[in-house]
Amino acid sequence: MKGGMITAMILTVLAMNASAQMYLTRDAKVTFFSKAPIENIEAVNNEVTSVLNTSKGEFGFVVLIKSFKFKKALMEEHFNENYLESNTYPKANFKGMITDLSTVSFDKDGSYPVKVKGDLSIHGVTQNVEATGTITVSQGNILVSSKFNLRVKDFNIKIPSTVVNNIAEIVDITVDAKYEPYKKS
Amino acid sequence: MIKSLGILVLSLFIHGICIAQDTSDITKMLEAEIKLAEKNKTEYITATFKTTRLVNGHSLENTAKHVLDVKISHRFGTIIGATGGAYNIFGLDNATMRLGFDYGITNTLMIGIGRSTDYKTFDGFFKWKILRQSKGKISMPVTLSYVPTISYETLNPSDSVLLLDLKRYPSHRLNYSNQLIIGRKFSDGLSLQLMPTIVHRNFPHDDGPHDIYALGLGGRQKLGKRTSFNVEYYYQLQSNRVPGSHDALSIGFDIETGGHVFQLHMTNSQGMTETKFVPGSLNSWGKGEILFGFNISRVFNVGKKH
Repeated sequence: MKGGMITAMILTVLAMNASAQMYLTRDAKVTFFSKAPIENIEAVNNEVTSVLNTSKGEFGFVVLIKSFKFKKALMEEHFNENYLESNTYPKANFKGMITDLSTVSFDKDGSYPVKVKGDLSIHGVTQNVEATGTITVSQGNILVSSKFNLRVKDFNIKIPSTVVNNIAEIVDITVDAKYEPYKKS
Repeated sequence: MIKSLGILVLSLFIHGICIAQDTSDITKMLEAEIKLAEKNKTEYITATFKTTRLVNGHSLENTAKHVLDVKISHRFGTIIGATGGAYNIFGLDNATMRLGFDYGITNTLMIGIGRSTDYKTFDGFFKWKILRQSKGKISMPVTLSYVPTISYETLNPSDSVLLLDLKRYPSHRLNYSNQLIIGRKFSDGLSLQLMPTIVHRNFPHDDGPHDIYALGLGGRQKLGKRTSFNVEYYYQLQSNRVPGSHDALSIGFDIETGGHVFQLHMTNSQGMTETKFVPGSLNSWGKGEILFGFNISRVFNVGKKH
Protein backbone atom coordinates (compact mmCIF):
# COMPACT_ATOMS: atom_id res chain seq x y z
CA MET A 1 0.00 0.00 0.00
CA LYS A 2 2.62 2.44 1.13
CA GLY A 3 5.00 1.34 -1.62
CA GLY A 4 2.24 1.77 -4.16
CA MET A 5 1.57 5.29 -2.96
CA ILE A 6 5.23 6.27 -3.21
CA THR A 7 5.42 4.78 -6.69
CA ALA A 8 2.31 6.68 -7.71
CA MET A 9 3.72 9.92 -6.41
CA ILE A 10 7.05 9.43 -8.12
CA LEU A 11 5.22 8.57 -11.31
CA THR A 12 3.08 11.69 -10.96
CA VAL A 13 6.16 13.83 -10.57
CA LEU A 14 7.83 12.18 -13.54
CA ALA A 15 4.69 12.48 -15.62
CA MET A 16 4.34 16.19 -14.83
CA ASN A 17 7.95 16.66 -15.71
CA ALA A 18 7.69 14.77 -18.97
CA SER A 19 4.69 16.81 -20.01
CA ALA A 20 6.90 19.93 -19.85
CA GLN A 21 7.21 19.84 -23.61
CA MET A 22 9.71 22.19 -25.12
CA TYR A 23 9.53 23.42 -28.69
CA LEU A 24 12.17 25.34 -30.56
CA THR A 25 12.62 27.35 -33.74
CA ARG A 26 15.76 29.02 -35.07
CA ASP A 27 14.23 30.60 -38.14
CA ALA A 28 11.12 32.36 -36.97
CA LYS A 29 10.23 35.39 -39.06
CA VAL A 30 9.70 38.83 -37.62
CA THR A 31 8.78 41.69 -39.94
CA PHE A 32 8.70 45.36 -39.23
CA PHE A 33 6.54 47.71 -41.25
CA SER A 34 6.40 51.47 -41.07
CA LYS A 35 3.84 53.37 -43.13
CA ALA A 36 4.56 57.07 -43.56
CA PRO A 37 3.51 59.74 -46.08
CA ILE A 38 6.80 59.75 -48.03
CA GLU A 39 7.79 56.11 -47.93
CA ASN A 40 6.98 52.75 -46.48
CA ILE A 41 9.76 50.90 -44.77
CA GLU A 42 9.76 47.17 -44.39
CA ALA A 43 12.33 44.87 -42.87
CA VAL A 44 12.39 41.11 -42.46
CA ASN A 45 14.34 39.01 -40.02
CA ASN A 46 14.29 35.30 -40.79
CA GLU A 47 16.75 34.28 -38.12
CA VAL A 48 14.74 34.67 -34.95
CA THR A 49 15.13 32.09 -32.21
CA SER A 50 12.20 31.15 -30.03
CA VAL A 51 11.41 28.56 -27.39
CA LEU A 52 7.93 27.47 -26.34
CA ASN A 53 6.99 25.47 -23.27
CA THR A 54 3.58 24.04 -24.13
CA SER A 55 2.81 22.67 -20.69
CA LYS A 56 3.08 26.05 -19.06
CA GLY A 57 2.31 28.29 -21.98
CA GLU A 58 5.57 30.09 -21.52
CA PHE A 59 7.59 31.28 -24.45
CA GLY A 60 10.50 33.51 -25.33
CA PHE A 61 11.98 35.18 -28.39
CA VAL A 62 15.46 36.52 -29.06
CA VAL A 63 15.80 38.78 -32.10
CA LEU A 64 19.20 39.84 -33.38
CA ILE A 65 18.67 43.42 -34.53
CA LYS A 66 21.40 43.25 -37.18
CA SER A 67 19.62 40.39 -38.93
CA PHE A 68 16.82 42.66 -40.12
CA LYS A 69 17.11 42.99 -43.89
CA PHE A 70 15.85 46.10 -45.67
CA LYS A 71 15.33 46.75 -49.36
CA LYS A 72 17.52 49.83 -49.20
CA ALA A 73 21.01 49.48 -47.77
CA LEU A 74 20.94 52.97 -46.32
CA MET A 75 17.73 52.24 -44.41
CA GLU A 76 19.40 49.21 -42.90
CA GLU A 77 22.41 51.28 -41.93
CA HIS A 78 20.31 54.01 -40.36
CA PHE A 79 18.11 51.46 -38.58
CA ASN A 80 21.19 49.95 -36.94
CA GLU A 81 23.27 53.08 -36.46
CA ASN A 82 20.82 55.82 -35.65
CA TYR A 83 17.64 54.25 -34.35
CA LEU A 84 18.08 50.81 -32.81
CA GLU A 85 21.79 51.37 -32.02
CA SER A 86 22.42 47.70 -32.54
CA ASN A 87 26.05 47.80 -31.42
CA THR A 88 24.92 48.87 -27.97
CA TYR A 89 21.65 46.93 -27.98
CA PRO A 90 22.24 43.94 -30.26
CA LYS A 91 19.17 41.94 -29.21
CA ALA A 92 15.48 42.38 -28.67
CA ASN A 93 13.96 39.95 -26.18
CA PHE A 94 10.46 38.84 -25.42
CA LYS A 95 9.41 36.61 -22.58
CA GLY A 96 5.78 35.95 -22.00
CA MET A 97 2.83 33.68 -21.31
CA ILE A 98 -0.18 32.48 -23.19
CA THR A 99 -2.88 33.82 -20.87
CA ASP A 100 -5.65 31.50 -22.07
CA LEU A 101 -3.60 28.33 -22.28
CA SER A 102 -6.53 26.09 -21.31
CA THR A 103 -8.22 26.72 -24.66
CA VAL A 104 -5.29 25.21 -26.57
CA SER A 105 -4.82 21.47 -27.06
CA PHE A 106 -1.26 21.02 -28.19
CA ASP A 107 -1.84 17.33 -28.82
CA LYS A 108 -4.76 17.90 -31.19
CA ASP A 109 -4.45 19.35 -34.68
CA GLY A 110 -6.30 22.61 -35.05
CA SER A 111 -6.15 26.36 -34.93
CA TYR A 112 -6.51 28.22 -31.66
CA PRO A 113 -6.77 31.98 -31.16
CA VAL A 114 -4.81 33.01 -28.07
CA LYS A 115 -3.95 36.02 -25.99
CA VAL A 116 -0.39 36.57 -24.88
CA LYS A 117 1.35 39.01 -22.63
CA GLY A 118 4.85 39.52 -21.46
CA ASP A 119 7.89 41.73 -21.33
CA LEU A 120 9.39 43.05 -24.53
CA SER A 121 12.88 44.58 -24.43
CA ILE A 122 14.06 46.67 -27.36
CA HIS A 123 16.78 49.32 -27.41
CA GLY A 124 17.42 48.81 -23.70
CA VAL A 125 13.82 49.55 -22.72
CA THR A 126 11.46 46.91 -21.34
CA GLN A 127 7.73 47.32 -21.83
CA ASN A 128 4.83 45.12 -20.86
CA VAL A 129 2.95 44.21 -24.01
CA GLU A 130 -0.21 42.30 -24.80
CA ALA A 131 -1.09 40.84 -28.15
CA THR A 132 -3.34 38.33 -29.82
CA GLY A 133 -2.17 35.53 -32.00
CA THR A 134 -3.02 32.19 -33.49
CA ILE A 135 -1.57 28.83 -32.60
CA THR A 136 -1.91 26.13 -35.20
CA VAL A 137 -1.08 22.57 -34.24
CA SER A 138 -0.28 20.36 -37.19
CA GLN A 139 1.32 16.93 -37.13
CA GLY A 140 3.42 17.51 -34.07
CA ASN A 141 4.61 20.96 -35.18
CA ILE A 142 3.31 24.20 -33.78
CA LEU A 143 2.81 27.33 -35.82
CA VAL A 144 2.45 30.65 -34.10
CA SER A 145 1.52 33.90 -35.77
CA SER A 146 0.83 37.28 -34.30
CA LYS A 147 0.53 40.87 -35.36
CA PHE A 148 0.77 43.86 -33.08
CA ASN A 149 1.77 47.50 -33.00
CA LEU A 150 4.57 49.23 -31.18
CA ARG A 151 5.00 52.89 -30.47
CA VAL A 152 8.57 53.79 -31.39
CA LYS A 153 8.69 56.42 -28.65
CA ASP A 154 7.96 53.81 -25.95
CA PHE A 155 11.35 52.28 -26.60
CA ASN A 156 13.24 55.54 -26.40
CA ILE A 157 13.85 55.62 -30.15
CA LYS A 158 13.92 59.22 -31.28
CA ILE A 159 12.85 60.26 -34.76
CA PRO A 160 14.30 63.63 -35.79
CA SER A 161 11.75 66.17 -37.00
CA THR A 162 13.35 66.17 -40.47
CA VAL A 163 12.23 62.59 -41.12
CA VAL A 164 8.80 62.53 -39.42
CA ASN A 165 7.26 62.05 -42.84
CA ASN A 166 9.52 59.08 -43.57
CA ILE A 167 9.11 57.03 -40.42
CA ALA A 168 5.85 56.11 -38.70
CA GLU A 169 5.33 56.72 -34.99
CA ILE A 170 3.58 53.38 -34.68
CA VAL A 171 5.03 50.40 -36.52
CA ASP A 172 3.47 47.02 -37.28
CA ILE A 173 5.24 43.91 -36.11
CA THR A 174 4.39 40.52 -37.55
CA VAL A 175 5.64 37.29 -36.07
CA ASP A 176 5.56 33.87 -37.75
CA ALA A 177 7.17 30.93 -36.03
CA LYS A 178 7.15 27.26 -36.82
CA TYR A 179 8.27 25.23 -33.84
CA GLU A 180 9.56 21.72 -33.76
CA PRO A 181 9.85 19.53 -30.68
CA TYR A 182 13.09 20.31 -28.92
CA LYS A 183 15.45 17.36 -28.65
CA LYS A 184 18.32 17.74 -26.28
CA SER A 185 21.50 17.10 -28.17
CA MET B 1 0.41 8.43 7.71
CA ILE B 2 2.94 11.00 8.84
CA LYS B 3 5.50 9.20 6.75
CA SER B 4 3.34 9.33 3.61
CA LEU B 5 2.59 12.99 4.28
CA GLY B 6 6.33 13.49 4.44
CA ILE B 7 6.73 11.74 1.10
CA LEU B 8 3.98 13.89 -0.39
CA VAL B 9 5.69 17.07 0.80
CA LEU B 10 9.00 15.74 -0.49
CA SER B 11 7.57 14.85 -3.88
CA LEU B 12 5.89 18.25 -4.18
CA PHE B 13 9.22 19.80 -3.23
CA ILE B 14 10.96 17.80 -5.95
CA HIS B 15 8.25 18.84 -8.35
CA GLY B 16 8.80 22.43 -7.30
CA ILE B 17 12.47 22.11 -8.17
CA CYS B 18 11.53 20.67 -11.53
CA ILE B 19 9.23 23.62 -12.20
CA ALA B 20 11.91 26.04 -11.11
CA GLN B 21 14.25 24.42 -13.57
CA ASP B 22 11.61 24.62 -16.27
CA THR B 23 11.22 28.35 -15.80
CA SER B 24 14.88 29.05 -16.07
CA ASP B 25 15.09 26.60 -18.95
CA ILE B 26 13.35 28.92 -21.42
CA THR B 27 15.77 31.74 -20.75
CA LYS B 28 18.74 29.40 -20.57
CA MET B 29 17.76 27.55 -23.72
CA LEU B 30 17.35 30.82 -25.60
CA GLU B 31 20.69 32.06 -24.37
CA ALA B 32 22.43 28.87 -25.44
CA GLU B 33 20.70 28.89 -28.82
CA ILE B 34 21.54 32.52 -29.53
CA LYS B 35 25.16 32.01 -28.54
CA LEU B 36 25.34 29.12 -30.98
CA ALA B 37 23.65 31.18 -33.70
CA GLU B 38 26.08 34.06 -33.21
CA LYS B 39 29.04 31.68 -33.34
CA ASN B 40 27.85 30.15 -36.61
CA LYS B 41 27.19 33.48 -38.27
CA THR B 42 29.64 35.92 -39.82
CA GLU B 43 28.80 39.46 -38.99
CA TYR B 44 30.38 42.00 -41.32
CA ILE B 45 31.18 45.30 -39.70
CA THR B 46 29.25 48.09 -41.37
CA ALA B 47 29.19 51.88 -41.25
CA THR B 48 32.93 52.27 -40.69
CA PHE B 49 32.62 55.65 -42.38
CA LYS B 50 29.58 57.69 -43.36
CA THR B 51 30.41 57.65 -47.05
CA THR B 52 32.91 56.40 -49.63
CA ARG B 53 35.19 59.45 -49.28
CA LEU B 54 37.01 60.68 -46.22
CA VAL B 55 37.73 64.20 -47.50
CA ASN B 56 39.52 64.18 -50.86
CA GLY B 57 40.40 60.52 -50.98
CA HIS B 58 38.63 57.23 -50.54
CA SER B 59 37.46 55.73 -47.30
CA LEU B 60 37.24 51.94 -47.10
CA GLU B 61 33.48 52.24 -47.46
CA ASN B 62 31.78 51.03 -50.65
CA THR B 63 28.53 52.07 -52.21
CA ALA B 64 26.07 49.26 -51.53
CA LYS B 65 24.90 46.96 -54.30
CA HIS B 66 22.69 48.69 -56.87
CA VAL B 67 23.09 52.05 -55.20
CA LEU B 68 24.07 55.12 -57.20
CA ASP B 69 25.87 57.82 -55.27
CA VAL B 70 25.93 61.23 -56.95
CA LYS B 71 28.70 63.38 -55.56
CA ILE B 72 29.05 67.10 -56.06
CA SER B 73 32.26 68.48 -54.62
CA HIS B 74 33.68 71.97 -54.50
CA ARG B 75 37.05 73.34 -53.46
CA PHE B 76 37.51 77.07 -53.24
CA GLY B 77 40.59 79.26 -53.35
CA THR B 78 42.71 79.75 -50.26
CA ILE B 79 40.98 81.84 -47.63
CA ILE B 80 43.94 84.19 -47.44
CA GLY B 81 46.79 84.72 -49.89
CA ALA B 82 46.87 85.15 -53.64
CA THR B 83 43.53 83.47 -54.41
CA GLY B 84 41.86 84.59 -51.21
CA GLY B 85 41.30 87.68 -49.18
CA ALA B 86 38.31 89.99 -49.21
CA TYR B 87 38.81 90.79 -52.91
CA ASN B 88 38.26 87.12 -53.82
CA ILE B 89 35.60 86.79 -51.12
CA PHE B 90 38.00 84.54 -49.23
CA GLY B 91 38.48 82.05 -51.99
CA LEU B 92 34.88 81.62 -53.15
CA ASP B 93 35.73 83.28 -56.49
CA ASN B 94 38.19 80.52 -57.28
CA ALA B 95 35.92 77.53 -57.07
CA THR B 96 36.73 74.27 -58.74
CA MET B 97 34.36 71.37 -58.73
CA ARG B 98 34.07 67.67 -59.39
CA LEU B 99 30.90 65.92 -60.38
CA GLY B 100 31.02 62.22 -59.66
CA PHE B 101 28.89 59.12 -60.04
CA ASP B 102 29.65 56.05 -57.95
CA TYR B 103 27.80 52.80 -58.35
CA GLY B 104 27.82 49.55 -56.40
CA ILE B 105 27.91 46.51 -58.68
CA THR B 106 28.07 44.20 -55.69
CA ASN B 107 28.53 44.93 -52.02
CA THR B 108 32.29 44.50 -52.46
CA LEU B 109 32.83 46.08 -55.87
CA MET B 110 32.02 49.62 -56.85
CA ILE B 111 32.90 51.72 -59.87
CA GLY B 112 32.95 55.46 -60.32
CA ILE B 113 33.50 58.20 -62.84
CA GLY B 114 34.01 61.89 -62.35
CA ARG B 115 34.79 65.13 -64.07
CA SER B 116 36.83 67.87 -62.44
CA THR B 117 37.18 71.51 -63.44
CA ASP B 118 40.93 71.39 -62.91
CA TYR B 119 42.55 70.65 -66.31
CA LYS B 120 39.06 69.54 -67.41
CA THR B 121 39.87 66.09 -66.11
CA PHE B 122 37.82 62.92 -66.38
CA ASP B 123 38.55 60.18 -63.89
CA GLY B 124 37.46 56.62 -63.41
CA PHE B 125 38.13 54.05 -60.73
CA PHE B 126 36.94 50.87 -59.14
CA LYS B 127 37.13 49.87 -55.50
CA TRP B 128 37.25 46.25 -54.55
CA LYS B 129 36.97 45.04 -50.98
CA ILE B 130 39.38 42.12 -50.83
CA LEU B 131 38.87 41.53 -47.10
CA ARG B 132 36.01 42.70 -44.94
CA GLN B 133 36.26 43.28 -41.22
CA SER B 134 34.01 40.75 -39.54
CA LYS B 135 33.37 38.77 -36.40
CA GLY B 136 31.66 35.50 -35.57
CA LYS B 137 32.26 32.46 -37.74
CA ILE B 138 34.79 34.30 -39.91
CA SER B 139 36.79 36.70 -37.83
CA MET B 140 38.73 39.36 -39.72
CA PRO B 141 40.36 42.29 -37.93
CA VAL B 142 40.62 44.67 -40.90
CA THR B 143 39.09 45.63 -44.19
CA LEU B 144 41.41 45.68 -47.19
CA SER B 145 40.46 47.45 -50.39
CA TYR B 146 42.19 48.05 -53.68
CA VAL B 147 41.43 51.27 -55.55
CA PRO B 148 43.03 51.90 -58.95
CA THR B 149 42.23 55.28 -60.51
CA ILE B 150 42.93 56.67 -63.95
CA SER B 151 42.46 60.26 -65.00
CA TYR B 152 42.54 61.98 -68.36
CA GLU B 153 43.05 65.70 -68.81
CA THR B 154 41.07 67.15 -71.68
CA LEU B 155 42.12 70.79 -71.36
CA ASN B 156 42.72 72.29 -74.77
CA PRO B 157 46.44 73.13 -75.01
CA SER B 158 45.63 76.60 -76.33
CA ASP B 159 43.91 77.32 -73.00
CA SER B 160 47.16 77.10 -71.11
CA VAL B 161 50.73 77.95 -72.02
CA LEU B 162 51.86 75.31 -69.55
CA LEU B 163 50.27 72.56 -71.57
CA LEU B 164 51.60 73.12 -75.03
CA ASP B 165 53.44 69.83 -74.84
CA LEU B 166 50.14 68.03 -74.56
CA LYS B 167 49.76 68.52 -78.28
CA ARG B 168 52.25 65.80 -78.92
CA TYR B 169 50.76 62.70 -77.39
CA PRO B 170 47.32 62.03 -75.93
CA SER B 171 49.07 59.73 -73.42
CA HIS B 172 50.57 62.83 -71.82
CA ARG B 173 47.15 63.58 -70.49
CA LEU B 174 46.92 60.35 -68.52
CA ASN B 175 47.71 59.87 -64.83
CA TYR B 176 47.31 56.77 -62.71
CA SER B 177 46.95 55.93 -59.06
CA ASN B 178 47.09 52.59 -57.32
CA GLN B 179 45.97 52.49 -53.74
CA LEU B 180 45.43 49.99 -50.98
CA ILE B 181 43.23 50.85 -48.04
CA ILE B 182 43.71 48.95 -44.81
CA GLY B 183 41.30 50.02 -42.15
CA ARG B 184 39.44 49.04 -39.08
CA LYS B 185 36.43 50.21 -37.13
CA PHE B 186 37.87 50.18 -33.63
CA SER B 187 34.71 51.19 -31.88
CA ASP B 188 31.33 52.67 -32.69
CA GLY B 189 32.92 56.09 -32.91
CA LEU B 190 36.51 55.53 -34.00
CA SER B 191 37.66 54.21 -37.38
CA LEU B 192 41.20 54.44 -38.75
CA GLN B 193 42.79 53.54 -42.06
CA LEU B 194 46.15 53.47 -43.83
CA MET B 195 46.37 54.18 -47.55
CA PRO B 196 49.66 53.27 -49.25
CA THR B 197 49.46 54.90 -52.68
CA ILE B 198 51.52 55.07 -55.84
CA VAL B 199 50.72 57.79 -58.33
CA HIS B 200 52.18 57.72 -61.80
CA ARG B 201 51.97 60.85 -63.91
CA ASN B 202 52.77 60.60 -67.59
CA PHE B 203 53.40 64.31 -67.88
CA PRO B 204 53.78 66.16 -64.58
CA HIS B 205 52.86 69.83 -64.64
CA ASP B 206 55.47 70.49 -61.97
CA ASP B 207 59.15 69.69 -61.44
CA GLY B 208 58.29 66.50 -59.61
CA PRO B 209 58.98 62.91 -60.61
CA HIS B 210 56.66 60.74 -62.63
CA ASP B 211 56.16 58.38 -59.72
CA ILE B 212 55.05 59.56 -56.31
CA TYR B 213 54.99 57.20 -53.37
CA ALA B 214 52.79 58.19 -50.48
CA LEU B 215 51.33 56.79 -47.32
CA GLY B 216 47.93 58.08 -46.39
CA LEU B 217 46.60 58.14 -42.86
CA GLY B 218 42.97 58.79 -42.14
CA GLY B 219 40.30 58.39 -39.56
CA ARG B 220 37.06 59.54 -38.14
CA GLN B 221 35.66 60.08 -34.73
CA LYS B 222 31.91 60.27 -34.44
CA LEU B 223 30.68 63.33 -32.60
CA GLY B 224 27.05 62.26 -32.56
CA LYS B 225 24.86 59.74 -34.29
CA ARG B 226 24.85 61.76 -37.49
CA THR B 227 28.08 63.75 -37.40
CA SER B 228 31.73 62.84 -37.41
CA PHE B 229 35.11 64.55 -37.45
CA ASN B 230 37.53 63.34 -40.13
CA VAL B 231 41.25 63.71 -40.72
CA GLU B 232 43.11 62.76 -43.89
CA TYR B 233 46.84 63.09 -44.49
CA TYR B 234 48.92 61.89 -47.42
CA TYR B 235 52.62 61.72 -46.62
CA GLN B 236 54.87 61.68 -49.71
CA LEU B 237 58.02 59.65 -49.32
CA GLN B 238 61.05 61.97 -49.34
CA SER B 239 62.84 60.15 -52.14
CA ASN B 240 60.09 60.76 -54.70
CA ARG B 241 58.23 63.89 -53.94
CA VAL B 242 57.28 67.04 -55.74
CA PRO B 243 59.84 69.72 -54.81
CA GLY B 244 58.37 72.56 -52.81
CA SER B 245 55.08 70.78 -52.28
CA HIS B 246 53.31 70.34 -48.99
CA ASP B 247 51.62 67.06 -48.16
CA ALA B 248 47.86 67.09 -48.49
CA LEU B 249 46.32 67.52 -45.06
CA SER B 250 42.60 67.87 -44.57
CA ILE B 251 40.17 67.97 -41.70
CA GLY B 252 36.46 67.84 -42.08
CA PHE B 253 33.05 67.07 -40.71
CA ASP B 254 30.48 64.63 -42.04
CA ILE B 255 26.88 65.57 -41.48
CA GLU B 256 24.34 62.98 -42.43
CA THR B 257 20.68 63.62 -43.08
CA GLY B 258 18.28 61.07 -44.65
CA GLY B 259 19.87 60.15 -47.99
CA HIS B 260 22.46 62.92 -48.03
CA VAL B 261 25.90 63.17 -46.53
CA PHE B 262 27.37 66.67 -46.35
CA GLN B 263 31.11 66.81 -45.91
CA LEU B 264 32.57 70.19 -45.00
CA HIS B 265 36.31 70.51 -44.80
CA MET B 266 39.41 72.63 -44.57
CA THR B 267 42.31 71.46 -46.70
CA ASN B 268 45.42 72.72 -48.44
CA SER B 269 44.63 70.75 -51.59
CA GLN B 270 42.32 71.73 -54.43
CA GLY B 271 42.59 68.37 -56.16
CA MET B 272 39.80 65.87 -55.71
CA THR B 273 41.29 62.80 -57.38
CA GLU B 274 44.28 60.82 -56.13
CA THR B 275 46.39 61.77 -59.14
CA LYS B 276 45.98 65.44 -58.15
CA PHE B 277 46.10 65.60 -54.37
CA VAL B 278 48.53 62.79 -53.49
CA PRO B 279 51.46 64.74 -55.06
CA GLY B 280 50.71 67.47 -52.54
CA SER B 281 50.03 71.13 -53.00
CA LEU B 282 51.92 74.41 -52.99
CA ASN B 283 49.61 75.58 -50.23
CA SER B 284 51.00 75.27 -46.74
CA TRP B 285 48.98 74.85 -43.57
CA GLY B 286 51.88 76.50 -41.76
CA LYS B 287 51.41 79.70 -43.74
CA GLY B 288 47.63 79.56 -43.33
CA GLU B 289 47.12 78.74 -46.99
CA ILE B 290 44.08 76.62 -46.42
CA LEU B 291 40.86 76.49 -48.32
CA PHE B 292 37.29 75.55 -47.70
CA GLY B 293 35.56 72.73 -49.56
CA PHE B 294 32.55 70.49 -49.42
CA ASN B 295 31.25 67.23 -50.85
CA ILE B 296 27.57 66.50 -51.15
CA SER B 297 26.61 62.88 -51.55
CA ARG B 298 23.13 61.76 -52.48
CA VAL B 299 22.29 58.07 -52.88
CA PHE B 300 19.66 56.57 -55.13
CA ASN B 301 18.51 52.98 -55.30
CA VAL B 302 18.61 51.83 -58.89
CA GLY B 303 18.53 48.43 -60.46
CA LYS B 304 16.84 45.39 -59.02
CA LYS B 305 15.82 45.20 -55.42
CA HIS B 306 17.66 42.31 -53.86
